[in-house]
Amino acid sequence: MEAVFASIVAASAPLVFAVVGETITEKAGVVNLSLDGSIMLSAMAGFAVAFTTGSTTLGFAAAAVVGILVALVIAYASITLTLNQVAVGFVMFALTRDLSTFLGNPYVHQPLAGVPHLPIPGLASIPFIGPVFFQQDLMVYSSIVLIFVAYWFVFRTRPGLKLQAVGERPEGAHSRGIPVNRLRYLYTAVGGALVGVAGAAFSLDVKLGWSFQHTLNFGWIALAIVIFGGWHPYRAALGAYLFGALQIVAIQLQPVFPTVSQILPSLPFPIMILTLLIVYTDWLKQLANRFPALREFLASEPPSASGTRFEPE
Amino acid sequence: MNWSRRFGSAVFAIVAALLVAAGLMLLVNAPPLEAFNLLAKGSVGSTRKLSDTLMAWIPLVLTSAGLVVTYTAGLWNIGVEGQVIAGAIAASYVARTVDGPVWVLIVLTMVAGALGGMIWALFAGALKVYGRVNEIFGGLGLTFVGQALATYLIIGPWKRAGIASTSGTNPFPERAWLPTVAGSRLSLVGVGVAVLAVVAVYLLLRGTRYGLRIKAVGRNPKSAYLLGIPTNRYMLSAFAIGGGLAGLAGTVQVTGFFHKLVPAVSGGYGYLGILVALLVSLSALWVPPVAFFFAMISVGSTQLQLRLNLDSSLGGVLQGILVLFAMLAQGLQVRRGKRIGSAASTSPAGEH
Repeated sequence: MEAVFASIVAASAPLVFAVVGETITEKAGVVNLSLDGSIMLSAMAGFAVAFTTGSTTLGFAAAAVVGILVALVIAYASITLTLNQVAVGFVMFALTRDLSTFLGNPYVHQPLAGVPHLPIPGLASIPFIGPVFFQQDLMVYSSIVLIFVAYWFVFRTRPGLKLQAVGERPEGAHSRGIPVNRLRYLYTAVGGALVGVAGAAFSLDVKLGWSFQHTLNFGWIALAIVIFGGWHPYRAALGAYLFGALQIVAIQLQPVFPTVSQILPSLPFPIMILTLLIVYTDWLKQLANRFPALREFLASEPPSASGTRFEPE
Repeated sequence: MNWSRRFGSAVFAIVAALLVAAGLMLLVNAPPLEAFNLLAKGSVGSTRKLSDTLMAWIPLVLTSAGLVVTYTAGLWNIGVEGQVIAGAIAASYVARTVDGPVWVLIVLTMVAGALGGMIWALFAGALKVYGRVNEIFGGLGLTFVGQALATYLIIGPWKRAGIASTSGTNPFPERAWLPTVAGSRLSLVGVGVAVLAVVAVYLLLRGTRYGLRIKAVGRNPKSAYLLGIPTNRYMLSAFAIGGGLAGLAGTVQVTGFFHKLVPAVSGGYGYLGILVALLVSLSALWVPPVAFFFAMISVGSTQLQLRLNLDSSLGGVLQGILVLFAMLAQGLQVRRGKRIGSAASTSPAGEH
């Protein structure tokens, strides 16, 4: 049982990076729709660099840079050129996905040592908690730390409040002297960096190696989980763990119910749609109102200026 | 946007995309000129190649033409892949169960496929209109559900006798196949359906009250509603048209190309159709030539793999760069126009 939970925590780590990164970007009012492709391209770049240089650290760095570059293209096109964010994001998805296949060709099924295991002395021997959380590797630890840091930053610091203001009330933020578009650039890049790290977390650790379409659909799943997570780092992380659990369960069920295990990974989408319905539909809202705990859990609104452009006069 | 400027950005995008692609090829030590030559030869160099390209052109035209309608209505229908799959499933059901003369089956599979795609799109539409679920995520979610459904059918109820594998169902009986031109894989019925779809969409958007109103809904749903246009109904109908055409694409994929249901039945034509629709910026008449160019790249790039050992995904890269640069060029022009406009202290012409 401990082993199953430990593998869920490990398997979910890349998604945690991607989901928290995209949450930060969307909090600032930008939707980076390219996720599925940019995770793939950064996974490829991370693997290629780590393979060529022999340094996993450089691999992670390269992946982060790729994530930032993709995010900056989207920021430039949607903020500076005021093009439609969805359109640009979609084009970048298609482009980066195919680039990863084209440029990743020489690295398919090459061997590489992944991120080394690093049990934390002392904590690792706590029953249950130890094996699940503290006998992992550095990448998994950072994913857990990231959840708390992101929450603290967004909700508990001044820059975090500004970040929220930019995504919720850009006009108001602007009139208070907050540089709306500059901050949107910044947080799109920060989110892009985390998305890049997510890619490397796949190719250098959790799904070690590179093959074509190595991280297929994880980006779309991450985008769905951001919504399911109500633009909140804790809930988004919870969504990532739920999906990780679905995957592990699917693998476990494979020999027993091959059909079920093929379909389980698409479950986050019906769940996401249902969440959105309950959040928005009046009669479902009333239903949820009868169960305060449920309402509390489901309450979520996107940043109100999400996906819109802001042009200071 | 006026003609010369539009032409200018198109030329810029094509040249820039070719240069970037050439740069990428040099990066992996491949000869760019030979590669472009192979791309052309591999797609239109022989009758057989041309028929392959046309067979890729059909679903691409159908999905893009449908998307022109949904995008005109201001709806970001990204769930086309799912609508293609749903159409393929519905057409497969008819092809597997109904018996009859070839022409009856052609009509029945087409109707079923169009309905399948339509229903899938209407799910996304209803979620958007009545549930306020953003159509991007509704459509995307339904795509995954559609994929799961297809996989389930292939390894479950519709599995081949004895074996459950993801390689597809049993081939349909031959009377359910689209007839082909002798000696090639080209189906004239498919080409005809694609051409009809483009003409219909063009006329619908250009010459009817419906077209005017759907444009109004796309430009500004609130004012359209205040002007007495039933916006919900118009949005749903745009979803239905887009989904119906995507479903037809799925039908041609199963009855004209695979002759069975396979998990990857959509062949990515939904996603590629989105790129085409973005590139033609909502004018249906541009869909056939642009889709043909894209089909050429897709089909021709398989030659790169065979001859130059270049991965065929280069074709996708080329398509992506092309659309990205076209959009950036357009954005830069609008921005420049605005600057000039504000310098002359006049209001900028809204060119979005």
